[in-house]
Amino acid sequence: MAEVLVYVDHVDGAVRKPTLELLTLARRIGEPVAVALGAGAESTAAALAEHGATRVLTHDASEYADYLVVPKVDALQAAVAAVSPAAVLVPSSAEGKEIAARLALRIGSGIITDAVDLEAGDEGPVATQSVFAASFSTKSRVSKGTPVITVKPNSAAVEAAPAAGAVEALAVTFSAQATGTKITGRTPRESTGRPELTEAAIVVSGGRGVNGAENFGLIEALADSLGAAVGASRAAVDAGWYPHTNQVGQTGKSVSPQLYIANGISGAIQHRAGMQTSKTIVAVNKDAEAPIFDLVDYGVVGDLFDVVPQLTEEIKTRKG
Amino acid sequence: MSLRIVVTVKYVPDATGDRHFADDLTVDRDDVDGLLSELDEYAVEQALQISENSDDDVEITVLTVGPEDAKDALRKALSMGADKAVHVEDDDLHGTDAIGTSLVLAKAIEKAGYDLVISGLASTDGTMGVVPALLAERLGVPQVTLLSEVSVEDGTVKGRRDGDAASEQLEASLPAVVSVTDQSGEARYPSFKGIMAAKKKPVQSWDLSDLDLEAGEVGLEGAWTAVESATQRPARTAGTIVKDEGEGGKQLAEFLAGQKFI
Ligand SMILES: Cc1cc2nc3c(=O)[nH]c(=O)nc-3n(C[C@H](O)[C@H](O)[C@@H](O)COP(=O)(O)OP(=O)(O)OC[C@H]3O[C@@H](n4cnc5c(N)ncnc54)[C@H](O)[C@@H]3O)c2cc1C
Ligand SMILES: Cc1cc2nc3c(=O)[nH]c(=O)nc-3n(C[C@H](O)[C@H](O)[C@H](O)COP(=O)(O)OP(=O)(O)OC[C@H]3O[C@@H](n4cnc5c(N)ncnc54)[C@H](O)[C@@H]3O)c2cc1C
Repeated sequence: MAEVLVYVDHVDGAVRKPTLELLTLARRIGEPVAVALGAGAESTAAALAEHGATRVLTHDASEYADYLVVPKVDALQAAVAAVSPAAVLVPSSAEGKEIAARLALRIGSGIITDAVDLEAGDEGPVATQSVFAASFSTKSRVSKGTPVITVKPNSAAVEAAPAAGAVEALAVTFSAQATGTKITGRTPRESTGRPELTEAAIVVSGGRGVNGAENFGLIEALADSLGAAVGASRAAVDAGWYPHTNQVGQTGKSVSPQLYIANGISGAIQHRAGMQTSKTIVAVNKDAEAPIFDLVDYGVVGDLFDVVPQLTEEIKTRKG
Repeated sequence: MSLRIVVTVKYVPDATGDRHFADDLTVDRDDVDGLLSELDEYAVEQALQISENSDDDVEITVLTVGPEDAKDALRKALSMGADKAVHVEDDDLHGTDAIGTSLVLAKAIEKAGYDLVISGLASTDGTMGVVPALLAERLGVPQVTLLSEVSVEDGTVKGRRDGDAASEQLEASLPAVVSVTDQSGEARYPSFKGIMAAKKKPVQSWDLSDLDLEAGEVGLEGAWTAVESATQRPARTAGTIVKDEGEGGKQLAEFLAGQKFI
């Protein structure tokens, strides 16, 4: 069976969930071979094997941490040369898309980004994309070269499928471009202890209606009662009430959780672009005419300062 | 010293319009008004600020690849303050994908001459966010992308890239390709004077032969990807909407429990 390369997104060896989803999708089109780079690459092997990786190609060098994007492209290109895969799958993070694009160009292939589903087709893998703020669904394929496809988080359920996961060292020679962009400083983001926004099963968001940074405590309390991630509209982010990393929408994160709860958010097209594919959508808004209500499975027309605390209390009571 | 900046700007269908696909599965551009992709306004703004903060002679060229109407996007960028414009237009470009677009842009950038390329973080139609990285790869220069802060001094570009795990400080020597996010600073509105001045600024038009490209290398025929189908998402079935009369939170909890979220 053909092999499919899966680029591993990990933090010091801890594999992030979107990569495990990719392994599930990869098995539909071939045998997954994972590529893990940087510090902790080898410690990803156990998790990857458990989810179907037949082989895990690893390489560590200081270049991955010290220079932007290109060293990873060099490594992935080396992996393509070594494996001759039927496709290359990369998680759709900002960096993942850049790595995938440069790789595609180098190996003479087309690229599809932000796939939300993947299936085997007669002429190679067929990717589903959700476009124009999720108002259309397209099916596309790469028609030249080895398909390079980036896949959005939450596009598949993670399935365990134990495989050998044999660790093999990947030989990488860095290109002249590899050291072109130096990373001269890095400030790690502090963990809030809440789930990752793009990976969370439930997202609770606040918008301009939350009316102040101090009131975001209400949104966080609701999120915590559900074990959810916290999101924000651009209006709330621009006002400085919540960090930009939590913005949901066209220029923020796109999320696709089981449940999305929008509080004090009107539902502008750019916000919808980032959350419209959520399975169940709920909104609390005091304006019955707010466009967000066109999307909801359940909506409450009311003041969030009344509704949200009551909801949080009720959830806590029910959970005991 | 002089600094030549090329800003890539895309002409896109208005996101608030009814965007859809034509029969050949390319974007139907006839039915919806087009405009300068809002995210490219941030790129134009940063080019203007780099120019304003520089002791060097800075020349800003805005570049688009797109149909006849794409001139509107160039005019907007010129009225914000860019110096000149290049429009790459050719019937054979219809249906070009990301790899093809980057080929055309790279050829045009090389022909125009550059020290720095500035792009937006993503277009508002394709939203792939890959063209800047592709340009860096094609041009063989550093990519300094997704910056929320950018500065240029003594032949070096520096910036801040806010990622998921960390905020990074980046540095590269010119020539380089930069892309900027919408966190980089509000884009200015064209002034009346700017709009009037833009009418007199030069707009050059190049076609594929000007760039030594063949029709087969771009367009729908030459594309590296193929769209097989596009289906409109069915309208969501109308949900339940209740008015809060004191029990709204509890009613919502009841709904969530029914859906097994609690
Ligand atoms: C809904 C949709 C989905 C698509 N999916 C794919 C796909 O999966 N694979 C694929 O190969 N193509 C795809 N395309 C085509 C692709 O969008 C265009 O070919 C293209 O111009 C480059 O991608 P982008 O617009 O997403 O640009 P991005 O990479 O998002 O753009 C980043 C920046 O590049 C610059 N730029 C981009 N295009 C131009 C231009 N024409 N002129 C000047 N500057 C420009 C701008 O500065 C912009 O801010 C898709 C198009 C649409 C409308
Ligand atoms: C290029 C571009 C990119 C963009 N990207 C994004 C993006 O990524 N994400 C994004 O979100 N936006 C984005 N935007 C902005 C977007 O257009 C909207 O401006 C933004 O989403 C509005 O945020 P909001 O819904 O919180 O605020 P508003 O539209 O002001 O809505 C606030 C809502 O709160 C309700 N409300 C007020 N008080 C209460 C109360 N006490 N109780 C209940 N309800 C209340 C109001 O009825 C109203 O509906 C982008 C815009 C552009 C041009």
